[in-house]
Amino acid sequence: MDSPDVNFLDPEGYVAQQQRVHFWRIVALMGLVVGPILVLTPLIAYRYRFSGNSTYTPDWHFSWIWEAAIWGGPIVIVTILSYFLWQNTTALDPFEPLPIDGEPVRVQVVGYDWKWLFIYPDHGIATLDELVFPEGRPLNLELTSETVMQSFHIPVLGGQVYAMEGMVSKLHLAADRPGVFRGRNTQYNGHGFHRQQFVARALPETAFSAWLDTTSSEARPWSDAVHDRIAERSTLQEMTEADDTGAAFRDVPADLFSGIVGPMDRDPDWRSRDRRDASVDAGPADGSAATATGQAPDPAR
Amino acid sequence: MSLTDFIDALTGRMTLEALPFWKMVQNPTPENIVNGAIATSVAAILVLAAVAVLAVLTYFRLWRTVWFDWLTTVDHKKIGIMYIVLSFVMMLRGVVEANFMRANQAVGFDGGFLSADHFGELFTTHGTIMIFFVAMPFLSGVINYVLPLQIGARDMSFPVTNAIGLALTASGAMLVMASLLFLPFSIGGWTGYPPFTGKEYSPDVGPNYWIWAVTLSGLGTTLTGINVACTVYKKRCPGMDFWKMPLFVWASVTTAILMIFALPPLTVATAMLALDRYLDFHFFTTDAGGIPMLYANLFWLFGHPEVYILVLPAFGVWSEVFATFSGKTLYAYRTLVWATLSIAVISFLVWVHHFFTMGQSAGMNAVFGIATMLVGVPTGVKIYDWLLTMYRGRVRITTPMVYALGFVMLFVIGGASGILLANPSIDYQVHNSVFLVAHFHNMVIPGTLFGMLGAYSFWFPKAFGFMLDDWWGKLAASLWIVGFMLAFFPLYAVGLLGLPRRSVAYSEASYTPYTVVAMLGALVVLAALGAMFWQLYISIRNRDALNVYAGDPWDGRTLEWSISSPPPVYNFAVGPEVFARDAFWEEKRAGHAYQIPDQWEDIELPANSWLAPILFFSSFTLTFGLVWHMWWLVILSLLVVVGALVARSFVIDRERVIPADVVREEHLRWLKAVREAPSAPRELEVAPGNWGRPQSEAGVPE
Repeated sequence: MDSPDVNFLDPEGYVAQQQRVHFWRIVALMGLVVGPILVLTPLIAYRYRFSGNSTYTPDWHFSWIWEAAIWGGPIVIVTILSYFLWQNTTALDPFEPLPIDGEPVRVQVVGYDWKWLFIYPDHGIATLDELVFPEGRPLNLELTSETVMQSFHIPVLGGQVYAMEGMVSKLHLAADRPGVFRGRNTQYNGHGFHRQQFVARALPETAFSAWLDTTSSEARPWSDAVHDRIAERSTLQEMTEADDTGAAFRDVPADLFSGIVGPMDRDPDWRSRDRRDASVDAGPADGSAATATGQAPDPAR
Repeated sequence: MSLTDFIDALTGRMTLEALPFWKMVQNPTPENIVNGAIATSVAAILVLAAVAVLAVLTYFRLWRTVWFDWLTTVDHKKIGIMYIVLSFVMMLRGVVEANFMRANQAVGFDGGFLSADHFGELFTTHGTIMIFFVAMPFLSGVINYVLPLQIGARDMSFPVTNAIGLALTASGAMLVMASLLFLPFSIGGWTGYPPFTGKEYSPDVGPNYWIWAVTLSGLGTTLTGINVACTVYKKRCPGMDFWKMPLFVWASVTTAILMIFALPPLTVATAMLALDRYLDFHFFTTDAGGIPMLYANLFWLFGHPEVYILVLPAFGVWSEVFATFSGKTLYAYRTLVWATLSIAVISFLVWVHHFFTMGQSAGMNAVFGIATMLVGVPTGVKIYDWLLTMYRGRVRITTPMVYALGFVMLFVIGGASGILLANPSIDYQVHNSVFLVAHFHNMVIPGTLFGMLGAYSFWFPKAFGFMLDDWWGKLAASLWIVGFMLAFFPLYAVGLLGLPRRSVAYSEASYTPYTVVAMLGALVVLAALGAMFWQLYISIRNRDALNVYAGDPWDGRTLEWSISSPPPVYNFAVGPEVFARDAFWEEKRAGHAYQIPDQWEDIELPANSWLAPILFFSSFTLTFGLVWHMWWLVILSLLVVVGALVARSFVIDRERVIPADVVREEHLRWLKAVREAPSAPRELEVAPGNWGRPQSEAGVPE
C-alpha cells in the first residue's frame, strides 16, 4: 500500500475542507471560554489564599451584575455556536449531493466482516477494499451492510456514516486532486476490526476510464460462490491467501446491491422517503439547486 | 440419562475451554502463550486474594462481625462504606486493565502483544466496570453516607431496600469478576451494540455476562434512586425546607430522579437483548424485522442521562468543598439549584448525539447538536459560581481542594471538546475515534472520579474518626491530575489524526509517540492509586494522632459536622431542627453549637436483615447459571430468591430500640470530648493536632 493520507486536518476534498474550517472556528471560539477559566482559577485561588490579606466577605453570596454576566456569557457563546452548527450541519448533510460540478460517479458499498465491497452499478464491476474514482467529480455512495453495523470513513475526504443491514445510507464525497487515501470501518465488529481498511484511489479522468476498461475485461466473473466467499468472516488478505477468489469482479448483476439490501418489510430507502416528503413542501428549491450545480438527477430521488 | 448427559446438564455451556489457561495448553502458539499467561496470572491473583481474605477473616475470627455488623446491616453509613470499598476494588481492576490496553497500543504499530479478542474483552470489561461498578457504586456510596446526615435523618426511607440495592450491584460486580475465571466476557464494548452482541454474531456466552452484570447493576441503581428521592422528600428534619437543603442534597435528589427515569430503558434494552439471545426473539436482529437502531436509541436514552447521573453528585460535592474551604457562603445557591435541575431536564433531550452518523436528517442532528451545547450554559454557570465562591473568601488548599481546582481546569477542556463533538459535521470525523475516548474520560475522570475522590478525602474523617494523611493525599491528587493529562491529551491529538477507538493495532507509525505518552500517563494513574492506598495505610497507622472524634475537622457548614466522628449508629442523639441553609455554621456563629439536649428518648432503628446477603448470593448464582445455561442452578437460585422474599414477609421484629440511657451516655461522652479538645486554628487543619473542633471562622466579622 502506498503511504496514504489519513486525517481531515490535512484534507483532500470538499467536505473535509469545510470540516477543518469549522473545527478550527469552534476551537477558537471555545478558546475564548476556556482560556479565562484556566487563568482565573489559579489566580483567584492564589489571590484569596488563606495566608493572604485580601478582602474577606464570608456572607457575600449574590450579585445581579455577576448573575447577568455568568448566564449571559455562556448564552451568547452558545447562540453563536448554534448558528454555525445549524449552517454547517445542513450544508454538510452526508445524504445530500455536493454543490460541485461534474457528472457523479455512483458506487454502492457493502460492508462485510472485515472487508468492503464496492459495486459500480453503471459499469457492472465490483472491487474489494479498493475504491477507485475520478478526481474532481462527485462521488455518490450508497451504503449497506451484510453483517453487523459498520461505519464507513475516508477521513481526508469527509465524514463517516453507518452502514446497516437492510438499510441504505448515503454519503457524498469528492477528491480535489489525484491521490491515495485511507478508508476504514470505525465501528468495532470483532477481531478483524483493526485490519478492515481500504484504499481510496482518486485518479485523473483518463486513468479512471482506463481502470474501468481494464477491470471490466480482466477481472474475474462474479458468481454466487464468490458472494458466499466474501460474506465469510475474514479479511481480504486472509481470503486471498487462502484461495484465488480475487479482489475485482466483472459481470456483476445490476440488482446485486438491492438484492443484498433485501426484500424489505419497510422502506429500505428510509432517508429518501423523508426527502420526497420534504421536497413536496420545499417546492422547486431542491430541484433548482441540483440544476444550478449541474447535478445529474439522483436516481433514488 | 447417561453420565455425559448428566454432566452436560450440570455444566451447561461450560467446557474446559472456559479456563483461562486452556487455549494456551491446547495450542501453544506464542500469541496464545502471552495472552494465556496474562489471563491465568490475573485469575490466579483473584483466587489467591479471595483465599487470603477468607483466611484472614477465619484466623482473626471475624465472621460474626462480618455477618452481623456488615453483611446484614441496613445502616446507611455502613452500606455507603461498603459501596465505596466495592468501588475501590473494581477501580483497581479497571486501572490495571487500562494499563494493559495502553501498553498494548504503545507497541500497537502493526500489532501489539495482546490478541484481538483479549483486547476486546479488556475494553469491554474496563468500560463496564468503570461505569457500572466504580463510578455508580462510588456515588451511591457517598450519597448513602452523607445524604441522611445532611438532612438530619436517622436512615434512608427504605433501609432494607437500600441493602438490596447494594447486594444487586455487588453481585453484578462479582459476575464480572467470575468472568476472569470462566472465560470469555463480551467483546462488544460497554455499550453492547447488537447485532454484534446478538446470537448470530456472538454465539459464545460473553455477551450473557455483560447483559446480566449490567442488568443487576441497573436494578440496584433503580432501587437506590427511588430510595434517595423518597428520603429527601420525606425524611428531612424540621425546618429544612427545599431551599435550605445543602447543595449536595439537591444534586443527590436530582441524580435520583435521573436514575428512576433513565435506568429502566437500560434494563428494558438488556432484557430485550436477552430475549433475542435466549429465546430467539428478533428485537435487534438483522433479519425477521429486527431493528438494531432501536437498541441504540434505548441504550442512549439511558446512556446520556447516565452521564449526568455520574457528574451531578460530583457537582454537589464541589459545592460543599468550595464553600467549606473558602470559609464562605456558596455563591448564588438558588442559581446552582436551577442550573442542576436544568442540566437534568436537558440530559433527556440529547441522546441522539451519540449516533449522529446513523443517518438522521440534518435538521434533526442540528436540533440535537444545539440541545447538547445548551448543557454548556448551566454547566458554565456552575463553574463561575464556584469561582465566585472562592472570590473574597479565604481559600485553604487541602486535598479536596486540589481535586476541586484540578477538576475546574480540566473539566472546561473536556467541555470544549464536548462542544466540538456536539457539532454533527465534526462528529462525522471524530466519532468512533480515540478523540471521543479522550473526551468522555475528560468528563468522567475530572468530573465524576475527582468529585468522588474529593468526597472521599472530605468525608473520610467523618466516617472513620480520623483524618487522611494530607501530604499523601495531595500527592495522590497531583498524580491523578498529571496522569490524566498524560494519558488523555495525546488521545485527543491521535484521535484527530484518525486512530479509531477499540483498535488493538494500527498501521500508522506516526501514532506511536502519542500512544507511548498515553501509556506513561496510565502508569502515573496507577501510581496515583498506589499513593491512595499508601495514604490509607499510614493514616490508619497514625489514626490516634489524626483523631477527630469531636467531629468537625474542616470547620464545616452542614449538619453532618455537628455530630461525632464516626457518628453514632442513630446519627443524631436528638433530632435536629434547622433555621438556616448552612445550619451548623450558623449555630457556631451564634454560639449555639454543642448544646446539651433537655430530654432523651429511646431511638427506634431498623433491625438487621439477612435478606440482602441472601439475595446477593442467590442473584449471583442465578445470573451465573443464566450465563452458562446451567438451568438447574437457575431454578435453584430462583427458588431461593422467591423463598427469601416470602420468608422476609413473615419477619415481625423489624425494629430495634436504642435505650435513652445509652444515647445519653454516648452523647455526653462525646460532648465532654468536644469540650476537652483544643480548638484548632485553620493553619493546623491538616496537621496532627486538629482534633475536630475548629476555631471557627464563623465568628470572624466581615
